[in-house]
Amino acid sequence: MNKEWPIWEIFIRSKNGLDHRHAGSLHAADAEMAIQNARDVYTRRQEGVSLWVVESKHITASNPEKSGELFEPAKDKVYRHPTFYNLPDELKHM
Amino acid sequence: MNNDLLYDYIIHLGDSSMILGQRLGELCGHGPELETDIALTNISLDLFGQVRNYFQYAAELLGGGKTEDHVAMLRYEHQYKNVMLVEQPNNDFAYVIARQHFYDQFHFMLMQALVNSKDERLAAVAKKSIMEVEYHLDLSTTWMKRLGDGTEESNRRLQDAIDHLYRFTQELTTPTQTEKQMANLGIGPDIEAMQEKYYNDLHAVMEEAKVSVPANVVFQFGGKEGRHTEQMGYILADFQFMQRAYPDMKW
Repeated sequence: MNKEWPIWEIFIRSKNGLDHRHAGSLHAADAEMAIQNARDVYTRRQEGVSLWVVESKHITASNPEKSGELFEPAKDKVYRHPTFYNLPDELKHM
Repeated sequence: MNNDLLYDYIIHLGDSSMILGQRLGELCGHGPELETDIALTNISLDLFGQVRNYFQYAAELLGGGKTEDHVAMLRYEHQYKNVMLVEQPNNDFAYVIARQHFYDQFHFMLMQALVNSKDERLAAVAKKSIMEVEYHLDLSTTWMKRLGDGTEESNRRLQDAIDHLYRFTQELTTPTQTEKQMANLGIGPDIEAMQEKYYNDLHAVMEEAKVSVPANVVFQFGGKEGRHTEQMGYILADFQFMQRAYPDMKW
């Protein structure tokens, strides 16, 4: 029997209206404990208003060895960025 | 009302949280898992935060330039008025959780009532503390169920802790003369009236946790009047060492 608790990934939403962002990981025996542990480990300094926890094994990550074929082809296709528009000066935050 | 009585009451409120906080602080770096270690020491810090509020108030009542440190650190054993439950040692994790849960069930009810105190300072401390204490209760409740309804060994250990600690529970809801007078003045709640709900709530958790209520218990009383178990001297030896060796030291 594996005596180590499984690892959970912790996502915190820092303010209403913002997205949950990955904060780190921790050990917990079940989801409820993961929430409580995340509260104690990651939100002691008012970092969040909402928590998501997900057991790490449920996350499928891309293979680092395949990062070439996954991400390289986008590099020379600058036209995929909408950078060729003329924006009026009044428009901020674009 | 004289200040001595109020002082005695504040001391009692602060001491129970402080000695429990000290016990939890002993686990710093020794928790069974890193995350549990942080959770328990967080509770300890919450409790000490509450204690500071109580003892700053108590120091003002004493006057003469006394500070919260004097109140906290420089009394003799019989002058500490904490319940005996919180003195009990961290024998194993099940003891830590059972002790915490027995206390949290009462502590949360106490804070809910103390919010309505006629003493504005105490009401303010309770208001500030209540959500912290509610979380302590949540945490210890889930751990009670997890241990009791876990493996054969975790159930056995929790039952063992309960069999040992249950005798200290009735002191929580049995008022001293000071507490009775505070209730009459509307400063403290009528804790005797909380006893039924206390045991109902506690036993409901224990039933879900698949542990049994000990039979033929001889309940122990005295901590709130300064009569402590043999554990207390050892705690104070640790706790007071720095202030005794280096009086009025600054950190």
